[in-house]
Amino acid sequence: MKPSKKSVALIGNPNTGKSSLFNALCGMSARVGNYPGVTVEQKIGSLLDSPDPIDVIDLPGTYSLAARSADEAVTIDVLCGVQPGVPRPDAVVVIVDATNIERNFYLLSQVLDLSLPTLVVLNMWDRVVEEKHRVDVETLSQRLGVSILCTTASRRDGVIAVRKAIQQLVAPNSTSYAPKHSPREQFPEVFKKESASLRQKLAELQHPVPAVEVDRILIDKDGHFQQKMAKLELPGLLDEIESARERLSTAGCKIPLFETKHRYQWVREQIAGLVDRPPANQSSSSDRIDRWLTHRWVGMAFFIALMFVIFQSITLLAAWPMGQVEELQGWIQGWVEQVVAPGPLRSLLQDGVIAGIGGVLVFLPQIVILFLFIAILEDCGYMSRAAFVVDKLMSAIGLSGRSFLPLMSSFACAVPGIMATRTIDNARDRMVTILIAPLMSCSARLPVYVLMVSAFVPDDRYAGGWLSLQGIVLFLMHCVGALVAIPVAWFLRKFFFPGQASTFLMELHSYKWPSPYVLFQRVWERASAFVTRAGTLIFCTSVLVWAAGYFPGDTAPLTAAQKKIATLQAELDAATAEGSEAVSSQLAQAEEELNLARSALIDASFLGMAGKWIEPVVKPLGWDWKIGVATIASFPAREVIIATLGTIYSLGAEEDEESEGLKAQMKAEKWEDGRPVYSLATALSIMVFFALCAQCSATLLVIRRETNSWRWPIFSFVYMTTLAYLGAYLTYTIASAWGLAA
Amino acid sequence: MKLSQLAPGQSGIIDQIIGEDALASRLMEMGLLDGEPIEVIGRAPMGDPTEYALRGYRISLRRNESDRVEVSLTSPAASQ
Repeated sequence: MKPSKKSVALIGNPNTGKSSLFNALCGMSARVGNYPGVTVEQKIGSLLDSPDPIDVIDLPGTYSLAARSADEAVTIDVLCGVQPGVPRPDAVVVIVDATNIERNFYLLSQVLDLSLPTLVVLNMWDRVVEEKHRVDVETLSQRLGVSILCTTASRRDGVIAVRKAIQQLVAPNSTSYAPKHSPREQFPEVFKKESASLRQKLAELQHPVPAVEVDRILIDKDGHFQQKMAKLELPGLLDEIESARERLSTAGCKIPLFETKHRYQWVREQIAGLVDRPPANQSSSSDRIDRWLTHRWVGMAFFIALMFVIFQSITLLAAWPMGQVEELQGWIQGWVEQVVAPGPLRSLLQDGVIAGIGGVLVFLPQIVILFLFIAILEDCGYMSRAAFVVDKLMSAIGLSGRSFLPLMSSFACAVPGIMATRTIDNARDRMVTILIAPLMSCSARLPVYVLMVSAFVPDDRYAGGWLSLQGIVLFLMHCVGALVAIPVAWFLRKFFFPGQASTFLMELHSYKWPSPYVLFQRVWERASAFVTRAGTLIFCTSVLVWAAGYFPGDTAPLTAAQKKIATLQAELDAATAEGSEAVSSQLAQAEEELNLARSALIDASFLGMAGKWIEPVVKPLGWDWKIGVATIASFPAREVIIATLGTIYSLGAEEDEESEGLKAQMKAEKWEDGRPVYSLATALSIMVFFALCAQCSATLLVIRRETNSWRWPIFSFVYMTTLAYLGAYLTYTIASAWGLAA
Repeated sequence: MKLSQLAPGQSGIIDQIIGEDALASRLMEMGLLDGEPIEVIGRAPMGDPTEYALRGYRISLRRNESDRVEVSLTSPAASQ
């Protein structure tokens, strides 16, 4: 008989370095998906360096197995082997913050009740050494009856030992690692009896439930498992649960207090005499930093200054690599011109593919820098302080600091941001957070802002060159969406999701130096997602836009003009000094013909026809039909506008080596009366539109998935597009009144 | 008295958590149990939430959460 593939589950409190350990164990092999029917991310990797394939299941970070929502229930369902599609893991690895063993062992006590082979990993061991804690690992391991390993996953220390231990844990005849005892044994007899009789009753009703889940039905009032029972509509079951609780209460077994008391009692017994922390820890250096970073004035000022510095650095640091990418793009286009004969293929490659993708890839440096900052803030521990500092503001609009992290990560991308709302236990808060998250200025908007800002905002410097006007405008653009989100959230909370304010319990970890591994992993994940998008969705849109701008007009004059230029160019190269002047003037004339042919072609194209049709709608925003078409093409993904503009202008005008690419082409665009199309007012109007509009199919799809209805993505799309149009109209009108339209 | 009434720098011993709902059990899971000492570290810039130290770690609680925790004052006001 061939043994089936083994698997282990990885579980731990939030912020214990679980994802670092997972990455260290499995490398980059993780498969990410969703558990069927619920919105919990399923992350499975293959253990590295293992002769037999072993799956590592990364469970969501949690403080307890008590489930209050369907999402949290997945963890316990997987561990009990009742989650559809996931076989029961053969073993569990519990990752523990070694500097906070007592609180982290609460979850361990619940995991041990599952009587699966268990391995305990004491992570962040470097800090235990550094802060001179004393942990008697060997005796602790003997007491618990499970193996304990010490790691510093962020530095990959001790990871090989964990890999080996996991292999031993799932080996066919290994029993040595099964936990010696289950903390549940110490529960009051009266509770164990009630739990057993309820389990019996459920089995009789043909609904077998694992013992630990029966415990949860009894202990978690109105929790997920009680609601699950209610849905079964078994006669008398809910009354039975209620009366069981009453009996327990009269017997002196208070729910839910008794469970936590017993477990913490158990934890204290296990660690007694084995875990000591130095008393000086009470006012550690972390507290001293906190005194300033959460200080009434300094803390607030620091938060605002930090956000400001981040956006300033994005503009300043990315300038050089951006120039390099642009240069490379120009070089490739020049190469294509030499190898490919004039005609549709050359146009497709040059104007569609290279102009489209290159225009988007230029922004990779900014994306990398932004994500690097976010990763540093998260990993060093400041992100939770930021939530702490702004929580009161969040509560003013009816949300909690818990909404802060999803909203903050929506500044990177609304898709992970919306998925991160799963950590919000209050359903109303979660809905409001999901609906306002797309207003946060995501990284896909950044390219649009950077393009407009670098082309049309004067490069004025203040404070000795350290402060740039462009950086300030960029920072303000990132504030627009967040500021608009405030009244929107208030409105949604008041009229769509009225109800009680939510809770906000949050652990504040000590500060630490960010780990290069973690930073690299986070930045790599985001950057490669961005590049993949550029390579797929944006590539397709670019090609479609190119085709719409190339057909069905007559391409003969264009090809003829290109051929003529090529011949003249060759003649020019061969010509003597006297002859070259005549050829040059012929060449200039041919280039003129080419430009005419190009604009005639795009005017006659599908794109041109559609553009003329929508021009009246976008004219009040200060836009011409080309911007209108580019905007519509960018509804699937907003950064497409750059590729689209690149393609449209590339089709419509010849590029020469001196041209600065898209920026120069935009500056050269004219209305029929000769005024330039782009003014500061137009640029601002475009940016405000993009700040507020729901131009992202991925976001709308994720809203559909998270809310399980088409109603909310449609709602988001309609309200955001309306806001965007009104916002852009107001911006253009006001900016024109200030004389910025000239 | 309530935990929310302690000033920064003061500490107390937890008497009990009021209620049996999800908030109460989450507070207990985080280790806020009777007999446990707790210290007020400091308040957020806008006066809420507040950072506390217990069981050797730091937790942030909003006023409506710390209202649910009954404590006895052990060390008198350090400042004020």
